[in-house]
Amino acid sequence: MLYPQSYLPETASQTAGPYVHIGLLPSDTGIEIYDHELGRHIAGPNAAGERIRIEGLLIDGNGATLKDGLIEVWQANAAGVYAHPESSGDVEDGFRGWGRVIADFESGAWSFETVKPGAVPGRGGTVQAPHISLWIVARGINIGLNTRLYFDDERAANDADPVLGRVDPPHRRETLIANRDDSGPIPVYRFDVHLQGDGETVFFDI
Amino acid sequence: MKTPAEYYMRDRRLHPPAYAPGYKTSVARSPRQALISLENTVSEITGPRFDHSDIAPGDNDLLTNYATCGETAIGERIILHGRVLDQDAKPVRNTLVEVWQANAGGRYRHKKDNYLAPMDPNFGGCGRTVTDDDGYYFFRTVKPGAYPWPNQVNNWRPAHVHFSVFGSAFAQRLITQCYFEGDPLIPICPIVLTIPDPSAIDRLVARLDVNQTIPFDAIAYRFDIVLRGRRSTLFENRLEGN
Repeated sequence: MLYPQSYLPETASQTAGPYVHIGLLPSDTGIEIYDHELGRHIAGPNAAGERIRIEGLLIDGNGATLKDGLIEVWQANAAGVYAHPESSGDVEDGFRGWGRVIADFESGAWSFETVKPGAVPGRGGTVQAPHISLWIVARGINIGLNTRLYFDDERAANDADPVLGRVDPPHRRETLIANRDDSGPIPVYRFDVHLQGDGETVFFDI
Repeated sequence: MKTPAEYYMRDRRLHPPAYAPGYKTSVARSPRQALISLENTVSEITGPRFDHSDIAPGDNDLLTNYATCGETAIGERIILHGRVLDQDAKPVRNTLVEVWQANAGGRYRHKKDNYLAPMDPNFGGCGRTVTDDDGYYFFRTVKPGAYPWPNQVNNWRPAHVHFSVFGSAFAQRLITQCYFEGDPLIPICPIVLTIPDPSAIDRLVARLDVNQTIPFDAIAYRFDIVLRGRRSTLFENRLEGN
């Protein structure tokens, strides 16, 4: 295998394994080492916008629920600004835009609370519909899976979204759209991720 | 004027495929559909940022970060250190590096690990640090032991430390495993062998670093990590088109 001399090859990925929680959310496994865990608070108390909850399951090719997965999310604030210097604008004090959760060891359920993101710029002057980027790792996943969560009450924006527009056949776009439920104290969006098979979630090479 | 733009396309030949049947759990957890290629947008070229306020000074010392005062973990004392670089060999500064590992006997401090080797009461098994201006990081720990796992009937993981790295963009996010030079379990491990390229496997093997070994204290191993590099565009096709 020859590589251009001027570029170093990227380090290869390996599975996060069944004990990823020890490293990335140790207090969830009863290991009290750190004075605070990273990834617990996505939006912080000062963030504007609608407070929402996202919840779902990770489901394998046999229809079984994963009970050892870890999900990270990355999102803009309600004004469509990322907490990063290359995103135009400022974010609220304490808004991080990044979160990390693990699936419950018994039920496999995962959830996180945040604010609904605003639309962000797309390439070449387009506008992207509100979305949250997800990165999923677990035992048996050799390289983290990238996907996106869109919102079913943003139908017009979704129809114009340049990324959803790349998904072919079009019916697979539905796998990226979370369903809103207003029956509880705060709006909940349901987003189950199907790793394989019927209704397989769209994953991206970003 | 060069404007930083997309990250270099990931060379998937260097990474394990999702479906790698020698690693049995991957069979039902691998997508069957092709990944949809996505040109980077602001969502991919940005990512969470960290600094030293996110961590405490002792978080990178696994010898003592879970130990009773005055005690340390049992095992071969090592310094595991290196640099985080991008594909252009530029240092990746102020990036979070997190590690986790089994103890010297191959036992993880996790409710789902019921291996008969005992826990070390003075060893937790996780650490974290933020790289400096040279992209440099280091941990103090014990060399982990090999451990058996249910794949084939007699598979043993080589001694390894799990690494999680962020870079500066969500597109660079990476989890990998670091192995140790000379371990004969490396070439027969089904998880190692998910990687199709032998040179890519070789780059996951930390090298004994005699020069940085501290006499009568700890042996050093060096493990450098390379994250995706970044294009500079000479053209007026800025990502946001404004």
